[in-house]
Amino acid sequence: MLGSGLLQGLGVTAKNLVGSFHDPKRLTTVEYPEQKTKLPEAYRNFPFLVSESAEDPMGTLRCVACQICEKECPPQCIFIEKSKDKKPDATGKMQIYPAVFLIDSSVCMNCQICVEVCPFDAIKMDHEYEIATTERFNALLLDREALAKPNSYFHEIRPEEAAEVDGRLAAERKAAEEKAKAAALAKASAAAKPAAPPSAVPPKAEPPKPSASA
Amino acid sequence: MTAPINPADSLLERAPQALRDLVTSHFPQPWRWFANGLLADVAILAVFGLLFAALTLAERKILGRVQNRPGPNRTGPFGLLQPIADGIKMLSKEDIVPRDADHLLHFLAPVTLLASAIMAFAVIPYGRNLVPVDLDAGVLYFFCVGATTELAVFMAGWSSHNKYSLLAAMRALAQLISYELPLLLSWVPVVMISGTLSTTGIVAAQSGWRWGWMPTWHVFTPWGLAGFIIFMVSALAESNRSPFDLPEAESELIAGHLTEYSGCKYVFFFMAEYFGMTALSGMAVTLFLGGWHAPLPALEFIPSYAWFGIKLISLLMGFIWIRATFPRLRMDQLTRFAWKFLVPLALINLATAAFWSLSFGWSGPMLAARCGVALVLVIVPFVLLGRRLTAGLAPRSYAYAT
Repeated sequence: MLGSGLLQGLGVTAKNLVGSFHDPKRLTTVEYPEQKTKLPEAYRNFPFLVSESAEDPMGTLRCVACQICEKECPPQCIFIEKSKDKKPDATGKMQIYPAVFLIDSSVCMNCQICVEVCPFDAIKMDHEYEIATTERFNALLLDREALAKPNSYFHEIRPEEAAEVDGRLAAERKAAEEKAKAAALAKASAAAKPAAPPSAVPPKAEPPKPSASA
Repeated sequence: MTAPINPADSLLERAPQALRDLVTSHFPQPWRWFANGLLADVAILAVFGLLFAALTLAERKILGRVQNRPGPNRTGPFGLLQPIADGIKMLSKEDIVPRDADHLLHFLAPVTLLASAIMAFAVIPYGRNLVPVDLDAGVLYFFCVGATTELAVFMAGWSSHNKYSLLAAMRALAQLISYELPLLLSWVPVVMISGTLSTTGIVAAQSGWRWGWMPTWHVFTPWGLAGFIIFMVSALAESNRSPFDLPEAESELIAGHLTEYSGCKYVFFFMAEYFGMTALSGMAVTLFLGGWHAPLPALEFIPSYAWFGIKLISLLMGFIWIRATFPRLRMDQLTRFAWKFLVPLALINLATAAFWSLSFGWSGPMLAARCGVALVLVIVPFVLLGRRLTAGLAPRSYAYAT
């Protein structure tokens, strides 16, 4: 009969209205500023620079100012100036570091290409999404102090990826140490055999000397 | 045991008049009628203005709950200050008038609409002896004033100097005039049975209880029920409410005749819609739901204006419920529904009311026969016409892509 469908529809909406008061499953709204949902690990929004320690972020940046990300960045929002001196990096090698590292967050399009191309795992995508500022120019141009976040934070937002990166870096560091040890051993054995043929001069292996030349 | 006091004499019942006399007693005798009228105006504007504000909030809250979201809850506790925030926002917006618009008509359209919507409140009896103007032909006055809205809608569309506004205004006119007819036909039986065009007379005709408990409201008779439903459906269309809100269908038809209106004038249209809805609901209460009468003799201790308010607000909640449920009709469905379904049913309802009036003296087993015949007169045309209306259209079968 005409109207039976209308009555059915009224029943459905009435059920929703009453149900929203006693059945929390029906009312799925998350009241945003007070409540926040847990972001999925792969969520990405704006890059940050990983530093080893939280106490000395500028001294322990993983970034070695290789400028690959600067060249790859499609909207060209990254600006890097290399340092004149060198510091040991995450694997213990002496490397230069970024004296200036700027990202214009109004230009960045969160494409993650800088992260993909970085050979040093120095730049990662963040979970921070409340990035509004009250000032249009300087507040949106982030420098390396603003971009640096400790490795512990990286573990916090992406535990799986951070563990994987840490494992890889530790392996590299170990390999470098062993290589250095082997080189030192070879040098020592070469010094112990002065009667060696002169053509077989061992190559000059640079021992990793963490000299504070800064 | 004290003797039960006459409900008409209770303190709360007499409070509105006592208050009015207290204020107007300061005026000289020749001017007292004027002061009384002015006070009634102020009371109507204050009460229905506040009801408008509360209604917008209630509508948004209820729509939200029906759609499984909490609705506005940021301004004040539970979002109670939302109407004030909305008001400040709307009033502080720029009032844009198109350069080529007819400035006078563009200004007059919302004013006319709002004025006619407010004037309609004049003849509704809000309680015992609480009617601002007791006209002999109050019902006629009410629907004449209501017809002014059509003029205002067309003024708005014409003066905007925008072809979409004009087309939308014509579409709105087609709708309003189509539904004017079933609206008017639906209350004619009430006048036939109660024998008066005065709103207070119609309310008086619905006083008392049959068998001591069943209210003699018109809605509890077969023709009254049919008339009430036709009236409410037409009232939905007349006040441009969903599912008949084509004149201002923002999502697909821009905003109809309101396209070129902004700020305060837009608020006027908005207010007029809610005032019209409230006035039509008040009239439905008066014509079919027994006006300010209590449903049971035992409940008469609640003052009459409270009963009117309860019935009015239930009807308004019904409007919101319907808005939350039904999708919008298409223009051809809209007019077909009016001309092929509501108008014939309303005409048949006249015959039902005529039979009811002729069989007035029937009693005993004949009373059951009277109800039976009247019910058949209501239900059979409804079923047959409904079948004709939906033939070939419903229920729909869907062919899914395979």
